[in-house]
Amino acid sequence: MATTLPKIDVVIVGLGWTGGIIAAECAKAGLKVIGLERGRKRGTEDYQKIHDEYRYAVRYELMQDVAKETITIRNNRKMPALPMRQMSSFLLGEGLGGSGTHWNGHTWRFYPYDFQIKTMTDEKYGPNKLSSDYLLQDWGVTYDELEPYFYKYDQTAGISGEDKNPFWGKRAQDFPTPPMKKTAILKKFEGATKSLGYSPFMLPSANLSEPYTNPDGAVLNACQYCGFCERFGCEYGAKTSPEVTVIPTAIKTGNFEARFHANVVEVIKSGNKVTGVKYLDTQSGEEFIQEAEVVVLASYVMNNAKLLMVSNIGEQYDPETGKGTLGKNYCYQILPGATGYFEEQMNTFMGAGALGMSIDDYNADNFDHSDLDFIHGGSISITQTGYRPIETNPIQRGTPTWGAEFKKNSIYNYTRTLSIGAQGASMPHKENYLSLDSKYKDVYGLPLLQMTYNFTDQDRALHKYITKVTQNIMKEMGAKTVEGKEVITDYDIVGYQTTHNTGGTIMGASPENSVVNPYLQHWDAENLFVVGAGNFPHNGGYNPTGTVAALAYKSAEGIIKYSKTGGSLV
Amino acid sequence: MTEKPKNYSRRDFLKTTGIATGALIGGGLIGGLVGLNVDKTGQQVSDTGTTNHGMPTNEGFQFFQNQREFDVLSNATERIFPKDDLGPGAIELGVPYFIDRQLAGQYGSNTKEYMQGPFAVGAKTQGYQSRLTRASIFRQGIAKLEEEANKRFEKGFSSLEAQQMDEILTAFQNDEIPMTGVTSAFFFRLLRTATLEGAYSDPMYGGNRNMDGWKMKEFPGHQMAYINVIEKEKFQKIEPKSLGGM
Repeated sequence: MATTLPKIDVVIVGLGWTGGIIAAECAKAGLKVIGLERGRKRGTEDYQKIHDEYRYAVRYELMQDVAKETITIRNNRKMPALPMRQMSSFLLGEGLGGSGTHWNGHTWRFYPYDFQIKTMTDEKYGPNKLSSDYLLQDWGVTYDELEPYFYKYDQTAGISGEDKNPFWGKRAQDFPTPPMKKTAILKKFEGATKSLGYSPFMLPSANLSEPYTNPDGAVLNACQYCGFCERFGCEYGAKTSPEVTVIPTAIKTGNFEARFHANVVEVIKSGNKVTGVKYLDTQSGEEFIQEAEVVVLASYVMNNAKLLMVSNIGEQYDPETGKGTLGKNYCYQILPGATGYFEEQMNTFMGAGALGMSIDDYNADNFDHSDLDFIHGGSISITQTGYRPIETNPIQRGTPTWGAEFKKNSIYNYTRTLSIGAQGASMPHKENYLSLDSKYKDVYGLPLLQMTYNFTDQDRALHKYITKVTQNIMKEMGAKTVEGKEVITDYDIVGYQTTHNTGGTIMGASPENSVVNPYLQHWDAENLFVVGAGNFPHNGGYNPTGTVAALAYKSAEGIIKYSKTGGSLV
Repeated sequence: MTEKPKNYSRRDFLKTTGIATGALIGGGLIGGLVGLNVDKTGQQVSDTGTTNHGMPTNEGFQFFQNQREFDVLSNATERIFPKDDLGPGAIELGVPYFIDRQLAGQYGSNTKEYMQGPFAVGAKTQGYQSRLTRASIFRQGIAKLEEEANKRFEKGFSSLEAQQMDEILTAFQNDEIPMTGVTSAFFFRLLRTATLEGAYSDPMYGGNRNMDGWKMKEFPGHQMAYINVIEKEKFQKIEPKSLGGM
């Protein structure tokens, strides 16, 4: 029997970036907020011995314990889905800060084209550019409407960058801090892309170029380029993360309480509203119902979708009929790229997660697609994140993968290899979706989330085209040997690709084709907000966090307004 | 070609992060700074880290029970990462002891992996689907290496010539050896990966003795910062440091 706890203004499920942003904004506005986090409390003091590749990067110390909960995976509806028994393709977060603790800090704003992709693609290329199997749709919000929220996140996070990309959406203000340092490796890329006629610029970074105090008074330090960023927490408090920014801001108000080891198992719905959430204290085993005026789902893409599904809120998407919106438009990211083998040694072991340069000449609709069999593209970057020795053993194709020759080559190449990669956009397809698994359960007895996903012809065409572009750049950079990434066939859950999963709880202008409205307010329950990359109707050609954060700020504004007026915000 | 950077002090670090210039006050870093040898007043205190490069070897078993099985493992890892003119191989680096300790802990018992049934073989794209823990897979795999050595050469694995060991390992890699509940190709991948992990992880885990894995690769290990050298055009040779204070 669950114990019912006194009603609060706002209860938030998950304390990563989105939960932290909403907690800070609502608590500052005077609302009483409780955050339920299933992992543990953690912060900068826990990251002082973090330069340990084996524990953190290989054994995933900071990530979700998939012994308790994972997903099942299949490439298509005909295959039996099986559990993802160990993480590999993407790395789910857990604990205070969520995956915002172990991100790299690449901070982008999706393109104006992204938010109106259906309208703009149809206008320019006609309505049949992609087949009707691709469920392209506008987001119900424009870049211009989101611009102030993008900037709000830039200020909170102290983003380091330069407004020198001729393609991206207009920025009303410049970056809060200057770009990171330009290294010899970055200069190789800069020179090559310039000579090919492209427009390189420093990658917008949440690893700060200088000490910074944000508008809420949170202090961030300067990045030390230690080479241990993604999959690690920052020992200097120099990588902007929820636990050094928005969480302390929320706590400072006196209106916020964080509860740890609190695993939410159900959102309780009654009529056109929700009344609260049911959660399990994973240490005591006790069940509680936390009643609230507003419920915010701010866990990762997977768990937000799952909580709606197990709570029977909204209609499950069915690829057979096309009906239903929950679970629809699951997208990933396509990763074209090239590796170059050089003769000279370079400082490949130094770096920072978001130390890089990019070009956007092949992103969004910045190039003509009239004669191409795909839309969109991707940002192309070189990043110097710090090669670490266990997981970086570069060998050319055809070299043995073990033994004397492997040892010699992998050691030689370790300081002589560079890679260029693209964040390729991923378009929604009617056969790619999320639902509940009928066979496998989590440790609490709930069904696992089931992912049905494969790459599409659009993905394969984009991958092939952009890979060629990256090969050319690498040649221009002076590599002795250049290898493009191999052509993609079927999505394989083995091997790290990217933690840029999107969709399933998508936003839009109409309940006919989306789960939440542009304030991320659920169409079927006015006091329920669902926030995260799950809101993306497709995935763009950038890392998602900047756009996720902007949407969270807009949603927070909506929640505060809703608390005063009630009703639908649109 | 290379130049040696001047020693990067903790004082330099404090200067560049801004911690020493007031950012400390009111920030969330105070607890964390204890690990950086800064006392309550923000003053730098002496560095207690040792520069002793000696390494206790602690050669007991935590997982293995007999020397023969341990020797099979040792020889297999040495073929994957052999001693050569660049430096030591897996055995000299302590890789077999690294693996022994890992198999005795949560790696060996798959405590952070979803191990609930029902189990099915699945497609290649669906990943690891075995009901066996890594500890069980290693035990079985080592027994199979012995069995295959006896079958092919009428000798135990550890008595074989290097080329004969390679022949058997290649058969495992190519999935030609029947195993129960797991494929030989999967066992081989696990063995190869664990060997590299032992060669290149921090020496506190029992491998990478004397940081020789890092030295061969010119990876400087746990360095506090590269901010003073990150813009250098030339390759930087830096003495490695481990988390354990080597």
